[in-house]
Amino acid sequence: MTTAAADETLDCVGLYCPMPVVQTAQKLKGMALGQVLEIIADDPGAKSDIPAWCQATGNEFLGLAEDGKELKLYVRKAG
Amino acid sequence: MEGAQKQDKMFLIIYSGDLDRALSAFSLALAAISLGMAVTMVFTMWGLNIVRRPDAKPEGSGLRKLIARLNRGGARRLQLSRLNMMGLGTALMNRTMRRSGLPTVADMIPLAKQMGVKYIACTTPMGLMGLTEKDFVPEVDTFVGAATYLLEAKEAALTYFI
Repeated sequence: MTTAAADETLDCVGLYCPMPVVQTAQKLKGMALGQVLEIIADDPGAKSDIPAWCQATGNEFLGLAEDGKELKLYVRKAG
Repeated sequence: MEGAQKQDKMFLIIYSGDLDRALSAFSLALAAISLGMAVTMVFTMWGLNIVRRPDAKPEGSGLRKLIARLNRGGARRLQLSRLNMMGLGTALMNRTMRRSGLPTVADMIPLAKQMGVKYIACTTPMGLMGLTEKDFVPEVDTFVGAATYLLEAKEAALTYFI
């Protein structure tokens, strides 16, 4: 998964739980089924929050790329 | 997200008017609503202060007026439950949160509403403190008593008293 493959990007750097999932939920509402969202975060909590959110809402968690403190998480809208 | 299952419900009774408790309550509400749960927040007793207009002028005379003077409300006037230190601890905490980019209670009230959280103000303590519907922020649209809102709490998967 790379930035190029994502349809949209959400920058959550500097935001802590629950804001990353709050913004992810809002952003995904405006996207179409099958589209991929790239979430950039630096809150270590996001590593477990985003996959958990995906499981709870029926969306697909595609993977995580870590670059030092910066996390890039990929979600596909499926639910 | 739609399915044959009933939507899980979270019901929060916010009794405390402390800053740290309010932050926790709203964080839980926001996380829950993001997870697709239905969330209702009932503000009662000191919790009414959180959703009160800062310029609210309670009715009443004598003792009620005194209580009103001592108990000014508004999301920006909330104090820490511990280490308040006459307001110094609260000021330091507010500054630290601002610097860390953490949202304030005042920020989270409209955000949670916009995401679908239901707001209820409990009428009995309202009467005690001389507050009426006009004294609350626009996000609060329901004013009922415990006999009414507890029927809703009964159906919730998660109920918390904060």
